Amino acid sequence: MPEPIIEVNDLRVDFPSEDGTVHAIRGVHFDLFPHEVFGIVGESGSGKSVTSLALIGLLAKSATATGSIKLNGEELLGKSEKELTPYRGKTIAMIFQDPMTSLNPVYTIGWQITEAIQAHQSVSKEDAKKEAVRLLEAAGISQAENRMESYPHEFSGGMRQRAVIAIAMANSPQVILADEPTTALDVTVQAQVLDTLKVALRETQASLVLITHDLGVIAGLADRVAVMYAGRIVETGTVEDLFYRTAMPYTHGLLGSIPSVDDTGQERLRQIPGAPPTMVGDVQGCPFAPRCPLRQATCFEVEPELVKVTNSESSAFHTSACHFANDVTLMPAASMFTDTSSADESEKTI
Amino acid sequence: MSINFGQAMSDVPMVDIDNSGLSEEIHGQWRMALRRFRRDRLAMFGLITFLTILLIATIYTFVNPAGWSELTTSFNQPPSWNHLFGTTGSGLDLFSACLKGAQQDVIIAFVVASISMVLGTIAGGVAGYYKGSIDAVVMRFVDLLLVIPLLAILIVLSRIFAGSGNSWWMIAILIGLLSWTYIARLVRAEFLSLRERTFVEAATALGAGGRRIIFKHLVPNAIGTIIVNTTLTVSGAMLLESTLSFLGLGIVPPQVSLGMLVQEGQDSATTQPWLFAFPAGMLLVLILCVFFIGDGLQNALDPRKSRSRA
Repeated sequence: MPEPIIEVNDLRVDFPSEDGTVHAIRGVHFDLFPHEVFGIVGESGSGKSVTSLALIGLLAKSATATGSIKLNGEELLGKSEKELTPYRGKTIAMIFQDPMTSLNPVYTIGWQITEAIQAHQSVSKEDAKKEAVRLLEAAGISQAENRMESYPHEFSGGMRQRAVIAIAMANSPQVILADEPTTALDVTVQAQVLDTLKVALRETQASLVLITHDLGVIAGLADRVAVMYAGRIVETGTVEDLFYRTAMPYTHGLLGSIPSVDDTGQERLRQIPGAPPTMVGDVQGCPFAPRCPLRQATCFEVEPELVKVTNSESSAFHTSACHFANDVTLMPAASMFTDTSSADESEKTI
Repeated sequence: MSINFGQAMSDVPMVDIDNSGLSEEIHGQWRMALRRFRRDRLAMFGLITFLTILLIATIYTFVNPAGWSELTTSFNQPPSWNHLFGTTGSGLDLFSACLKGAQQDVIIAFVVASISMVLGTIAGGVAGYYKGSIDAVVMRFVDLLLVIPLLAILIVLSRIFAGSGNSWWMIAILIGLLSWTYIARLVRAEFLSLRERTFVEAATALGAGGRRIIFKHLVPNAIGTIIVNTTLTVSGAMLLESTLSFLGLGIVPPQVSLGMLVQEGQDSATTQPWLFAFPAGMLLVLILCVFFIGDGLQNALDPRKSRSRA
């Protein structure tokens, strides 16, 4: 197995709040290997964005991060802003969710790509410009030469995200972090931008940390996936592990809540009942237990560790934080969250 | 009737969308601002009047460099074709003196505005971007400067400097050093909101440091606020300089400024009204022009805040 580029060990991030300390991330472990796409999925507030911000050192100043994030064996946590600057954009690049706001409105697209190139490479302005045109073309923008002089507001959302991807590619980083790169875009444009992202990975040979709540995007792009819930990874494995040998009821819930085209239209949309826990104070037992159809007394007492799933078909990467992981893998996906009771209730209220 | 969408879709050839022509007309921020400014009649009137006065003053003092200090043999003459603004009791041609004074005032105002703009942008920008203790120190210093009456400090300081050869640039630097606080507060406020925008985070993620983000990313985004308030500082500085000169603490003879001329003319405002009216009127017109320009710039650079046109 190759050496991992990024090793995250027992990462914990706390934020102070008026109600007490918010434990946004409570012990996250994962490795990122060269040339792989590592997906992180989860609901809003599960800690996936905080994880990506921690990787590039962009957490709010009030946050305290402990544990370890190693980039090529070098510890990143605890480094000052100044010490992090050489890595940002050069080794790790980031693509933000909303391309409407992640480009500077007063500069041309060309200027912004050129700036990204010149920030880390000592090349002449002309060479940087030539490179910027090449990057824009690689990112799928036609007439790149003319488009260099355009301002962000003259671009559509999809084109802006392509420009952002071009900027991320500018210094051939080893790692690209993409925080919900398609969430703010039209469905039709999403696929194009994902293709652009694939091109970027091929061009730069970078690994991608893909944060999303869209399991379709994961299925199409990711090699390995981590499912986050309440600040922890609750299941990780290859895409096949998660989709076909699901070992955590929460993952089942996420998979089950995707509406299918084959539905007759008579069924209600399936949802996971309840809401994620607030992350203030200590968690006792499994954080998913209150919403879990399989919960037992022990689930409320002991928080399960992330352990290897021993299903015979599972890959070596497949781990799950569930007391009954092996039992869950044997269950059919759709049947777990039968919502008859809640459906009846809500129908009465209408 | 049945339509086979799947079939239809596959029949459509992949169209390479032609984007040519779209980018031919680039709507840069500046071009749009210029267009809006040109449509603002009051602002254009202000700009043209202001530039005309300056042009006349420059040409006149170039052609006739000693005109404003030369004494003529006609004393206390009312306006005539020979002396458009009349003459003073000592035989000074008021027209040349007013033009020279206007020129002097504008130069002082621009020096003041430049100092204020640079100091205010740096102080406000650093405070707004770094927040925390740096912000606290800078802004408390600004508060301190704001609570001390400007005129009082200027009077004291100009007395001190009066001994060392009272020159116009000394006055300009003094006013400049004391009037950057307004711009600093506004730039800070602008930066506090701008720094939370994603493009700043994106620039940080690309490896941009604090200085680069302040001057390359945030200042251009706050340029509207900076320019507009610098313009207002120009008119403020002209007023302040006139006040000082009026009090006899600013520009003193042999130099000339409009405020000084107003002060000299005030005694005879009823008997020889031209001595008071022309310098005062010229000062008023200049300050009004700068105000109109500032207002027009405000509307042109930030159409969202526009009051005149929605």
